Amino acid sequence: MAEFKQSPAGATTAQQFMTWVDNRFPATKLWTEHLSEYYAPKAQNFWYFFGSLALLVLVIQIVTGIFLVMHYKPDAALAFASVEYIMRDVPWGWLIRYMHSTGASAFFIVVYLHMWRGMIYGSYQKPRELIWIFGCAIFLCMMAEAFMGYLLPWGQMSYWGAQVIINLFAAIPFVGEDLSLLIRGDYVVGDATLNRFFAFHVIAVPLVLLGLVVAHIIALHEVGSNNPDGVEIKAKKDPKTGIPLDGIPFHPYYTIHDLIGISVFLLIFSAIIFFAPEMGGYFLEYNNFIPADPLQTPLHIAPVWYFTPYYSMLRAVTDPMVNVFAGVVALAAVLAVLKGGLAKQWKVAVLVGAVVVIAALKLFDAKFWGVVVMGVAVLVLIPLPWLDRSPVKSIRYRPSWNKILYGIFVVNFFVLGYLGMKPPSDIGTLISQVGTLFYFGFFLLMPWWSRIGEFKAVPDRVTFKPH
Amino acid sequence: MTDATSGAAFEPGMDPERRTWILIACGAGAVGGAAVAVPFVSTFAPSERARAAGAPVQVDISTVQPGEKLTVEWRGKPVWIVRRTPEQLATLKTLEPQLADPNSERTQYPTPAYARNPYRSIKEEFFVGVGICTHLGCSPSAKFQPGPQPSLPDDWVGGFFCPCHGSTFDMAGRVFANKPAPDNLEVPPHMYLSDTVVLIGDDKKA
Repeated sequence: MAEFKQSPAGATTAQQFMTWVDNRFPATKLWTEHLSEYYAPKAQNFWYFFGSLALLVLVIQIVTGIFLVMHYKPDAALAFASVEYIMRDVPWGWLIRYMHSTGASAFFIVVYLHMWRGMIYGSYQKPRELIWIFGCAIFLCMMAEAFMGYLLPWGQMSYWGAQVIINLFAAIPFVGEDLSLLIRGDYVVGDATLNRFFAFHVIAVPLVLLGLVVAHIIALHEVGSNNPDGVEIKAKKDPKTGIPLDGIPFHPYYTIHDLIGISVFLLIFSAIIFFAPEMGGYFLEYNNFIPADPLQTPLHIAPVWYFTPYYSMLRAVTDPMVNVFAGVVALAAVLAVLKGGLAKQWKVAVLVGAVVVIAALKLFDAKFWGVVVMGVAVLVLIPLPWLDRSPVKSIRYRPSWNKILYGIFVVNFFVLGYLGMKPPSDIGTLISQVGTLFYFGFFLLMPWWSRIGEFKAVPDRVTFKPH
Repeated sequence: MTDATSGAAFEPGMDPERRTWILIACGAGAVGGAAVAVPFVSTFAPSERARAAGAPVQVDISTVQPGEKLTVEWRGKPVWIVRRTPEQLATLKTLEPQLADPNSERTQYPTPAYARNPYRSIKEEFFVGVGICTHLGCSPSAKFQPGPQPSLPDDWVGGFFCPCHGSTFDMAGRVFANKPAPDNLEVPPHMYLSDTVVLIGDDKKA
């Protein structure tokens, strides 16, 4: 237990009060450690706005969500009408609801950009691996939150989207049918499903999400923020004060700085809410303005935009694609045996493993492997700190061709996202198959390509021009 | 008592027996925790009411004209009753080489014995099937009009088309080969109570 402190002589009432509090709760300690004496690198650029923006959107979602729950009815017979009631009859209900629905898309935009920042500046590298892993867990929670929230309006897209996604779980061999029954709580998507998704969406997942956000920030403040140069600012400290030479206190410098980002964000966010809340069918799909009808599937169904890159990869896995996977596994095993420099027993293990994987690929339906590919596409982000073997963090000091590679990665992600919104077509499937192979190649071959090429000298100090 | 399980070194004065009891207590705690999880997980399963809701449905089919489809709800799923025209019935035989499982031999959705015939139905004319695609559970659309049309092959003779991932089925609900759906449409248990009344959900004589 900490020592019991006394207020200095002649302390004001406010100082005496804070001393009283600090003897019982570390208020001042928290304030200094996380804000006034948390040193963040100078010269953080545009990409560093999205962390604080993600926190802002989280608050928007929680606050608007609480107010929506006051009017919404989680009942298959009443849900659709209660959403329309919020839109038409509840005073300003339309605004709260559009803030929430636009907030969902905004959350994904902001978080995708936040993740991209982490990728290009190597923010996941040592010692920030746990920040990255907590972040990936947050991303998974967001996906669950978005998927379950989308069922609640009980429109046609809500219903059939959930039907398709829950049936994906049914593709898992042996336990799939029982698992999907357990998720639905009924033989079809129905009232039981809606009710439990409501419980998960408003209580369970947000609690986990908040816990993870706290862990994400604690881990960040333990090691300190990265910067566009990928320089460790703690390596160069003022000998007298022990403060990093390139660090400035988060408060007031970055709190004020982030207000600019927040202002611009809110400008765009409000413009969408007031002028284009449906965003041409991308943020709110038109078919979802039709009440759920278990007897009739809409003519075209697609997930909301933020899931479509992964949905494309799911659809890309057809029988020929499974054969391609089998070929890739065989090739990887042969290369590992010939070039890997492995001990004899490991060579045997690699070959046996490859045979088992290829047998499994051929044994189970392509439908199941599509589900696996979709899941792994998200999970492959988690080991990124160990896949990347580059000696430098930031893309600024990586070989120049890395910029082109990362550029292709982004374009590929957009193309996959676009194709996922379109009805299936032969050419679209072919492109998404190539895109899927590129996506996985980017990550799984990273241990090799990230070491190749000529790296530039990383400066000792953060690149910063005072103005 | 020696401590072989934990492998940790004991300092003088430590009582190794306590560690055994800690292990036993943790083990018992884990078992208890798992036991408590059982009722919680069990609440996810369909309720007794949901199980009971699977009651059979009686349908009067006297008003269905040839070439028409009637949709009724059974266990929350659409069940189709299609009265096929002689021309539509004639297509069934010719399509067999293009189908994935023309004789309904796959066992994922077993076809009842009384429908294991070229028409997949009790009465030649009336096809009774669950209108849920065996791929990911969308409800296919009726495309009975033959001839070229969007998303369908040019030699289309009439059948069903699933809008989600493009699976196609013939007039007996049999899936075409090389489509995402692995199985033919499910034929529910059903029986005729009279010439014009069909009972869906039960096929045992009372």
